[in-house]
Amino acid sequence: MLLLAVDTATPAVTVALHDGTSVVAESGQVDARRHGELLLPAVDRVLAEAGVKLDAVTDVVVGVGPGPYTGLRVGLVTAATFGSALSVPVHGLCTLDGLAYAAGRAGLQGPFAVATDARRKEVYWARYDDPRTRVTGPAVDRPADIAGQLAGLPVVGAGAVLYPEAFPDAREPEHVSAGALAALAAERLAAGAELLPPQPLYLRRPDAQVPKNYKVVTPK
Amino acid sequence: MADEPLVLGIETSCDETGVGIVRGTTLLADAVASSVDTHARFGGVVPEIASRAHLEAMVPTIERALKEAGISARDLDGISVTAGPGLAGALLVGVSAAKAYAYALNKPLYGVNHLASHICVDQLEHGPLPEPTMALLVSGGHSSLLLAPDITNDVRPLGATIDDAAGEAFDKIARVLDLGFPGGPVIDRLAKEGDPAAIAFPRGLTGSRDPAYDFSFSGLKTSVARWIEAKRAAGEEVPVRDVAASFQEAVVDVLTRKAVRACKDEGVDHLMIGGGVAANSRLRALAEDRCERAGIRLRVPRPGLCTDNGAMVAALGAEMVARGRPASDLELSADSSLPVTDTHVPGAHDHDHVHEISKDNLYS
Ligand SMILES: [Zn+2]
Repeated sequence: MLLLAVDTATPAVTVALHDGTSVVAESGQVDARRHGELLLPAVDRVLAEAGVKLDAVTDVVVGVGPGPYTGLRVGLVTAATFGSALSVPVHGLCTLDGLAYAAGRAGLQGPFAVATDARRKEVYWARYDDPRTRVTGPAVDRPADIAGQLAGLPVVGAGAVLYPEAFPDAREPEHVSAGALAALAAERLAAGAELLPPQPLYLRRPDAQVPKNYKVVTPK
Repeated sequence: MADEPLVLGIETSCDETGVGIVRGTTLLADAVASSVDTHARFGGVVPEIASRAHLEAMVPTIERALKEAGISARDLDGISVTAGPGLAGALLVGVSAAKAYAYALNKPLYGVNHLASHICVDQLEHGPLPEPTMALLVSGGHSSLLLAPDITNDVRPLGATIDDAAGEAFDKIARVLDLGFPGGPVIDRLAKEGDPAAIAFPRGLTGSRDPAYDFSFSGLKTSVARWIEAKRAAGEEVPVRDVAASFQEAVVDVLTRKAVRACKDEGVDHLMIGGGVAANSRLRALAEDRCERAGIRLRVPRPGLCTDNGAMVAALGAEMVARGRPASDLELSADSSLPVTDTHVPGAHDHDHVHEISKDNLYS
């Protein structure tokens, strides 16, 4: 088994290769505006570091968000295209699950919450009993509106760092890592669990302004 | 380098997910998935809806094109993709897919210009483009007159719209007349039953001191709306067919007049018309007529190749391969305002000095 994992749902552009036992190579860059430019060169670097070619990959794993739309789609369409070109399966995982799993590896046991930046003064968040078990979410809300129900819980991720008044107990890691995502996927696949289809979790309807009735141009 | 390169092209600049496959100037497949129906109720293309639809349609459309062409992706000589101009989020889906596909198959990648692709598509219909070619591109997003001495690295803008694109004017007038979106096809249909001389609508930028090759459709749009409002205010019925015919005549009159003039001024004996508005039957007929009188050969691809599609991107990609133009690199990014003079986006380490060549004769 050789898993290639990518996640572009957050400002982190992250890629990892996992052999079923451990992470072989990994790349993580944080740049919210350049997902499109950074992802493929990162894939190329990770494969080169591991000394393998893309066609050795047996499964593709992709973070399906939730995440702000434009960047999220870069990872999803890249994963789907790899899957088609290589004829290998593409598995989706909730990006927040990857963060929760990474927090577990860093020593956090639970219960806790995960929050990422959803922009527009909102966070994408979910609640976990332990690093492998999501119990609510993912959802998108204003920090102040969920601060009460998460009171007393550690909160993992950039969403906590951004809103310390709502989430005073911020915990590491701040950013998503494809290595954690790949490790979680490898664990679930080995256990015969079903992963998600590689489809985006937008959690918001598209902004679609219906144009107003045409403007009257005759001067009054 | 292959004489007749086998190239797959991806187009996602607006609301059509297009994947085309060509061998040299021969069209093998043209798969298109459109989200136009989803946009109709908004009266225009909604960028986020278009981007979501591209993501859903991308891989299925690639697979459909390969099946239609009956070829194996392993045999491709290159992958080309619209790098711009267009809607940023929409372009990014196609560019990301093309990069992944090229990387997975170990094929050269060519990020190409959407406007140059609109011109190059005619090679699939009428054979190699004459050099230079004069091109009139008209759609909902662009209205330009372009002189193309070499479609792969020398395209010169002679003029463009200073306000609305021609297709946008069709959409707006259709909205004023409650005819729905998109406006082009329905106005074309109604105009056939109307009198194009019924109402004398203005011809923008046609005065002797106006720029010879620029267009303006905003004044026309206002004038048509005002005329309709006056009728309505007077409690009279609006003669929809005559309005459609007279409006359409004003648009195509200016377009063809300026295109023919550009051909004469530049000594070019071929005129190519592309873009979605090139599907307009009156534009085709009037262009045919005026070109014939001026001794100019008119080349207009069939309507399916005039609207946005992947075949046009593949056609330009094949020309890039055939002429040995440098490929793009893995950092290729979508550029929503890619200038038409950038016919393609070569990798950072492999420039071919396009800009130096095309500075001559640049319009603004
Ligand atoms: Zn176009």
